[in-house]
Amino acid sequence: MAAWLGWLIESNWTDPFLFAVYSIVKPLSGAAILVIMYGIISGGNFNTPLFPYIYLGNAFYIYVGAVMTGVSWAVVDDREHYKTLKYMYIAPIYIPVYLLGRGVARFITGSIAVFITIVAGVLFLKVPLHFAEINWGLFLVTLILGVVMLALLGLLLAGITLTVARHEGFIGEATAGALYIFSGAVFPLDVLPAWIRPVGYFMPTTYWLELLRRSLVGNVAQAFPTLANFSNMQILGILLALSIFFGVISIWVFRYCDGIARDRGLIDHTTNY
Amino acid sequence: MNAVSSKYSRKDTGWRLFLKTIIARAYPRLIGQQREVSWLVFDVVMPMLAVVAYVFVYRALEAPEEYIGFVVMGGAMTAFWMNILWSMSSQLYWEKEQGNLALYIMAPNSMMAILLGMALGGMLATAMRAIAVTLLGSLMFGVTYEVTSYLQLFSVFMLAMIALYGMGMMMASAFLLFGREAWHMANLAQEPIFLASGFYFPIKSLPFWVAAGASILPLTLGMDAMRQLIFSSGFQFGFMTVRFEIIILAVMSVVFVVTAKFLLAYVEKIAVREGRVTESRR
Repeated sequence: MAAWLGWLIESNWTDPFLFAVYSIVKPLSGAAILVIMYGIISGGNFNTPLFPYIYLGNAFYIYVGAVMTGVSWAVVDDREHYKTLKYMYIAPIYIPVYLLGRGVARFITGSIAVFITIVAGVLFLKVPLHFAEINWGLFLVTLILGVVMLALLGLLLAGITLTVARHEGFIGEATAGALYIFSGAVFPLDVLPAWIRPVGYFMPTTYWLELLRRSLVGNVAQAFPTLANFSNMQILGILLALSIFFGVISIWVFRYCDGIARDRGLIDHTTNY
Repeated sequence: MNAVSSKYSRKDTGWRLFLKTIIARAYPRLIGQQREVSWLVFDVVMPMLAVVAYVFVYRALEAPEEYIGFVVMGGAMTAFWMNILWSMSSQLYWEKEQGNLALYIMAPNSMMAILLGMALGGMLATAMRAIAVTLLGSLMFGVTYEVTSYLQLFSVFMLAMIALYGMGMMMASAFLLFGREAWHMANLAQEPIFLASGFYFPIKSLPFWVAAGASILPLTLGMDAMRQLIFSSGFQFGFMTVRFEIIILAVMSVVFVVTAKFLLAYVEKIAVREGRVTESRR
């Protein structure tokens, strides 16, 4: 039901056609900025390994913003905008599950955007994606694990959002923006200054994006030295371990913040900020 | 008693009221926003995240150093576009949601003065954020500037700002008519505009007619001219000559401000006659 509610809130402000355009234009424009930047510097040579690295990393990164921010934004939406969060809290439902359900709508729209971005890349920019060569098992396991991990990170942000009165809308965006840099989404981590790279190695999104690229374009993704010494299984193991670690932290932080919000009466705290 | 009552009972009218309204509406933008330091942090950090990401993309591609400067400048200018979207175009819609719009329309002051105040305050406050992004980006990535004409640079910047905020005033009325779609429209007008206006690459790289179409946005030509004026090799990347871009920006400034006045008059008319524009429908 929460997922259905989220879908209606996301989509019913306009007709389906305009909503579809809205859902596609933003991510395609973001990808097009990178494509043009790449095209200018490379002189239109899209056959280097760096291009699919950038393009696929950027395409799948749509999930980070969509899922993670989708879950945490539900707090802002319900508390500040619709003023219904207090009713959700007194209803006989489990709040974390409700918030995760609200993120499902963004996951669906995000999936459409990811799909269209990749299809556009394959059709118009020669992203070397061949159906027969895709490691579907690895792809599906990685995708599902990553989406669960992102949803739990969203829960962490939702917890923090519950306790702050100002800038709660920026928390998700700022976190997604920082992860964009530290996860090597659109450039190999080796480009970052050496002192800052360890942050990237600690982020599960780094391994998630690497595995997605490897499962789709195989050796092309392995051309970069950052994680070249790790096998797919090793990276999957690291991703699983980091996902469990961040998942446990997220649940703990949410419970802690939820307790604070209840104690301080922040559940129905509207600021109009 | 007489002194007090005469002080507060004096009613300003005409241009004096117009000017006072501008100052009054600019005040919370200019002074109020500076009191909330946390806004400044977020307003600088968010564009910086994009700047850092795009700079590292160019570094990964081993691009010439000018491009790093283009990204820093584009990142600084995003502050103005975001201000136009969220604090100009959407502002009357927010005011409606909070119930202030009806008060604005009922008050004996000009709505145009309110929008001008919003624009003036927003422009100055955003300029501080843009300067912060430029300084931070330049220091972090070692960007150097070489201004060829300060007079032209000043003219381009001021004309781009007048045209841009004129467009923001125009969009404020249009967004009000969108109703519930306003938030989504503002949200939609980010990445596509960053793409079309060449915030992170020279607009000359786009096909001619795409670049020409994107030139309807004052920031497109403003940034193109500024790049030519502040980077030593910038003229190589220019879409048009700086002089021609100045003329177009001057025309845009007049057209957008005048159109904003007509659109605002239309919205006021609907608000008074039908009462539906000021009604908040969540």
